[in-house]
Amino acid sequence: MLKINNLHASVEDKAILRGINLEVKAGEVHAIMGPNGSGKSTLASVIAGKEEYEVTEGEILLENVNIDEMAPEERAHKGIFLSFQYPVEIPGVSVTNFMKTAINETRKANGLPDMPANEMLKLIREKSEMLEIDRKFLSRSLNEGFSGGEKKRNEIFQMAMLEPKLAILDETDSGLDIDALRIVANGVNKLRSRDNAVIVITHYQRLLDHIVPDFVHVLFEGRIVKSGGKELAHELEEKGYDWIKEEVNA
Amino acid sequence: MAFENQVDIDLPVHDVRSEAIKQFETQGFPSKRDEAWKYTSLNSILKHDYSVFPKRENHIDYNDIKKYFIHDIDTYKIVFIDGKYSSHLSETTHDGIDVCLMSSALTKPKYRLIIENYFNKVATKDSLSSLNTAFSQEGAYIHIPKNKLVAKPIQIVHFSTGNEAALLLQPRNLIVVDENSHVQIIERHQSLTENPVLTNSVTEIYANKRAIVDYYKIQNDNENASLIDSTFVNQKQESVASVHTFSFGGKLTRNNLNFYQNGERVDSTMKGITIIGNKQHVDHNTLVHHIEPNCESHQDYKGIFGDSSTGVFNGKVLVDREAQKTNAFQANNNILLSDKATINTKPQLEIFADDVKCSHGCTIGQLDETAMFYLRSRGVPEKEAKALLMFAFSNNVMSSVKIPEIKQRITKIIATKLGVNIGFDL
Repeated sequence: MLKINNLHASVEDKAILRGINLEVKAGEVHAIMGPNGSGKSTLASVIAGKEEYEVTEGEILLENVNIDEMAPEERAHKGIFLSFQYPVEIPGVSVTNFMKTAINETRKANGLPDMPANEMLKLIREKSEMLEIDRKFLSRSLNEGFSGGEKKRNEIFQMAMLEPKLAILDETDSGLDIDALRIVANGVNKLRSRDNAVIVITHYQRLLDHIVPDFVHVLFEGRIVKSGGKELAHELEEKGYDWIKEEVNA
Repeated sequence: MAFENQVDIDLPVHDVRSEAIKQFETQGFPSKRDEAWKYTSLNSILKHDYSVFPKRENHIDYNDIKKYFIHDIDTYKIVFIDGKYSSHLSETTHDGIDVCLMSSALTKPKYRLIIENYFNKVATKDSLSSLNTAFSQEGAYIHIPKNKLVAKPIQIVHFSTGNEAALLLQPRNLIVVDENSHVQIIERHQSLTENPVLTNSVTEIYANKRAIVDYYKIQNDNENASLIDSTFVNQKQESVASVHTFSFGGKLTRNNLNFYQNGERVDSTMKGITIIGNKQHVDHNTLVHHIEPNCESHQDYKGIFGDSSTGVFNGKVLVDREAQKTNAFQANNNILLSDKATINTKPQLEIFADDVKCSHGCTIGQLDETAMFYLRSRGVPEKEAKALLMFAFSNNVMSSVKIPEIKQRITKIIATKLGVNIGFDL
């Protein structure tokens, strides 16, 4: 599904990613953890195609196709979805209308006609029920005046609507209370299949109790310095990151 | 300059016109030396040899120009072609209210009292308004007597056909809304040709006690047409008046919008969306004069400037010493889409009362890159994402438009202008 080889990326000449290697296969869940400033969100943004970041070395392959030169929307059309840590408020554009535009633009790019209105409504109903989202919420302006938790739930709703091949959840757990965390995690789990993959970026173990990863990677100073199974996350929760830093510096 | 002799020498308006000619002759056209015209030069539009009175009457078919009307709802219409009234395109009324012509109002005895009380009373004596007062032949006359809720909006539309090489139009509108009455008016100037047209329009609006007046100006003319639009609003106590100005077209557009609050608990709203490109120029020059206590004013102007276009916002809020408990709000936010686009924004607050709340803020920026990335990462292409952000940016202004069809129309104009189809009505 996703293969990252020796990826270096910088912003304004400051190197942030310094040689990332990562392979994510269909059906897998990978967790990326690491201290603040280690480059986790940058990695997510670079995969999704944020133009402020310059890839200086290495490559990102999605289903064996190099996506380095693709615009963010082209990557979205190919099935990449990034759930934002800080979703942006767009006044005057309702959640529903935004989703219609996003879905139909994706369909158009893939040579499909617009989704018929009744199908769209059905999809919206199903996915909003799955995430326990009030229908009234969907006619509100996108993210405007939403609480932190509502924003995150809305991100996962969008993910559910778009059914991506590769979903990257960037600190989706921050700002969620226990109930919202459970709902969001259930939503993500229901969307998991043999054909798609999830990358979960988080500081904490608690989200990984609900979305259980196959692999856990520790990112430090722009490199993956340790990888392991789900038990690595428990170890990090218990011991923090200092021992990793010591290992790296030794 | 001897037109006044042929026009209406026996009418009360004759003296007003003679005085206006003197005013104009003394002042001449404004130049960049005048503070209020510092950023807007009329030189490029005054170089044409404009014909003032079209030689012949021109006919156009409704179907050819239907798109310039808000046509999906029932409305009264006062339509002019090259400055002359078009009866076949218009739908006027005298049924309880007067929606008719300025030329009849100025000449017929039954309107004499209103004309004497209101004509040229709130308009200032500046040179361009004086020029209009001196020579204007035609325009809309609207009088809503008290306690009338006018169910249908009124459209005032000026077409120019291009049968004259260059045309100067000077429409003059008078709108008097009496106690407790409510009216909605839509105004548009549309050139149907590539020939240069200059319109020097003056509108006087009187919102009497507890009247509600909503006025919408749709400025989407082609880029050979220029407009100087001076609007003067006089408000009596507890009246509520709003003017929304949507500026997308035209070569040079200058909006002089002046509100005078002559009563307590008056509410005034001035809002605008400007989206221009190429070498277009739009100048908003606003004044709200708080004269009495306990009044409010709300100004909110959004501008998006591309290519080599230029924008000007000069917003003056004047609060008299007697106008205690004034609440005046002013915002002017701008986005520059290109390195060559320019905006000059200048808030001017003159406050002589001590117990007031006045706020103002102006911003100049670019489209938010993070927001662009957010929309694009969901599959929305760059052009459409830009359009969505522009809609979002203009949303505060759109949300106070009370006629849904106008909202839809404006949305459509913006979408067309940006070359996008976002697949839904905002």
